[in-house]
Amino acid sequence: MGKRIDVKDLNVFYGDFKAVEDVTMTIEPRSITAFIGPSGCGKSTFLRTLNRMHEVIPGGRVEGSVRLDDQDLYAPGVDAVGVRRTVGMVFQRPNPFPTMSIRDNVTAGLRLNGVKGKKLLEEKTEQSLRGANLWNEVKDRLGKPGAGLSGGQQQRLCIARAIAVEPQVLLMDEPCSALDPISTLAIEDLVTELKDRYTIVIVTHNMQQASRVSDKTAFFNLAATGKPGRLIEMNDTQKIFNNPEVSATEDYISGRFG
Amino acid sequence: MSSITGVSVGDGLSDPSDGPDPGAGASTGTTGDRVFGGLAMGAGLLVVVVVALVGIFLLAQAIPAIGKDQINFLTSREWNAAGQRFGIAQLLWTTVVSSVVALLLAVPFSVGIALFLTHYAPAWLSRIGAVLIDLLAAVPSIVYGIWGIYVVAPKFTHVQNFLQDWLGWIPLFKAVPGVTGGATILMVSVVLAVMILPIITALSREVFAQTPVTHKEGALALGATRWEMIRTAVLPFGRPGVISASMLGLGRALGETVAVLFILTALPGGQRFTASLMNGGATFASQIAGDAPENQNNADAMGALIAAGLVLFILTFIVNAIARVIVERRREFSE
Ligand SMILES: Nc1ncnc2c1ncn2[C@@H]1O[C@H](COP(=O)(O)OP(=O)(O)OP(=O)(O)O)[C@@H](O)[C@H]1O
Ligand SMILES: [Mg+2]
Repeated sequence: MGKRIDVKDLNVFYGDFKAVEDVTMTIEPRSITAFIGPSGCGKSTFLRTLNRMHEVIPGGRVEGSVRLDDQDLYAPGVDAVGVRRTVGMVFQRPNPFPTMSIRDNVTAGLRLNGVKGKKLLEEKTEQSLRGANLWNEVKDRLGKPGAGLSGGQQQRLCIARAIAVEPQVLLMDEPCSALDPISTLAIEDLVTELKDRYTIVIVTHNMQQASRVSDKTAFFNLAATGKPGRLIEMNDTQKIFNNPEVSATEDYISGRFG
Repeated sequence: MSSITGVSVGDGLSDPSDGPDPGAGASTGTTGDRVFGGLAMGAGLLVVVVVALVGIFLLAQAIPAIGKDQINFLTSREWNAAGQRFGIAQLLWTTVVSSVVALLLAVPFSVGIALFLTHYAPAWLSRIGAVLIDLLAAVPSIVYGIWGIYVVAPKFTHVQNFLQDWLGWIPLFKAVPGVTGGATILMVSVVLAVMILPIITALSREVFAQTPVTHKEGALALGATRWEMIRTAVLPFGRPGVISASMLGLGRALGETVAVLFILTALPGGQRFTASLMNGGATFASQIAGDAPENQNNADAMGALIAAGLVLFILTFIVNAIARVIVERRREFSE
């Protein structure tokens, strides 16, 4: 499991506004890639193009290509719904389905895929919750609403929900920004474990987080407000943090701007 | 939003009265606090007193009339104001059946239209649709009554005949002698359904439109199609609101007077009971409206009509209570 992502000459637009310009990058399978950069530089926008979630936003569209191993995500005839089943997503704010129990939250994606059978769903629930390091905390209250958990637990529930459908890639948009340091560490540990099976892309504003968890780091920046965001530099995380090639990267990492 | 039924569409949403009031511990010591507190309490007490007085007045009128009733008020089917024969069973049946059928007809359409306007229609159409629905919700019921009797009824004759001929073996569609020309309970239900459809649609549309983007994106990111996204995120979120809206609609249908009075065939006394929707009859409201003018000087008849009105009130109250229970029961899951 875990597929390679190849992005070539990608531009992203909201209506007439070009939000991201000319991104080319390769993301290795079963690795963790961190996206960093100042607010508004298009990290979320670009991340969403990797599973076509930008199409949900009115006016959102792309030019260029994104390939998942051999599959062109934007080829005619490719269904966005299918893409999202292969490329899962975890959002900034934990968003468990409020009317569903913990169990139903975990199996929501499976049930959408038509998976049936109480026993099978039960197994998947346990497996996914264990995978998200949440099983021990919730195993006695699977029938209780998911919204009754703490923020950190909710976020891990969302991760369990995303991995239950066994995607190839997991996209995370600032998954810890609404969490306390302890929950944050729990998620970071989890992300590191998940690397064995999934290709992971994580957007973060937390430099320590990027350096702790990621193998590669991509730095995005924008020339000025209203200008499109660009990929400035992408390299091994060690290299980016210790010896970046572009001075803007160093300025950003050392906190001189952004 | 206040409403005659006391249930409002916001009830299932984040109601400010949910949970502990975040202001409960705040100081109440300033003059402004005390003045406002006093005004609020005064207004609250005034409402309670007025309601109590009205209730006492109505009971005082109704009880003597029931005392002189020649037949059993609750179980008899005959209603003859002039003859002191006050039995509400048939009125209750007709009222409930016509309204419930109206609701069953209206809700699926309302939910469908509301979903279309919020999640399928292009933005311009959705805006126009919302305005049109709001306009329809403001049409007075007398218009529906006139429309029902002059426009719908002639056409509905065919529907009535068709149903009686082909589905007459089902008790619900059995022909009732003397009731022709479409003026049946079923047609009243259809007119009532058209009448309550805009309000249910308007309120449902509003709750559906408020579904948080994060819920919808959560579903979409799992690979949900649009309809699956609606099923996993929009409908569960909107459910309490749709229930409240439906109860508001049901309350309207139960209390509808003019449209029913215009349409429904009056029944001669002494008929056998039938469960058929092809029957005529009267609802509480239409019976009261029909009888009141002739019986102004007949204290007993007026008292009996008031008693019937009180039963309608209790009925509406029970409907609201049930709606509250349904909404409350899901509350744990909708924070
Ligand atoms: N729904 C939208 N419609 C129009 N423009 C948008 C929309 N969302 C984002 N943008 C614009 O696209 C650009 C990139 O935004 P994006 O949210 O991708 O930035 P970001 O790097 O994720 O920022 P942050 O770190 O604050 O999350 C910004 O100029 C923003 O104003
Ligand atoms: Mg962002």
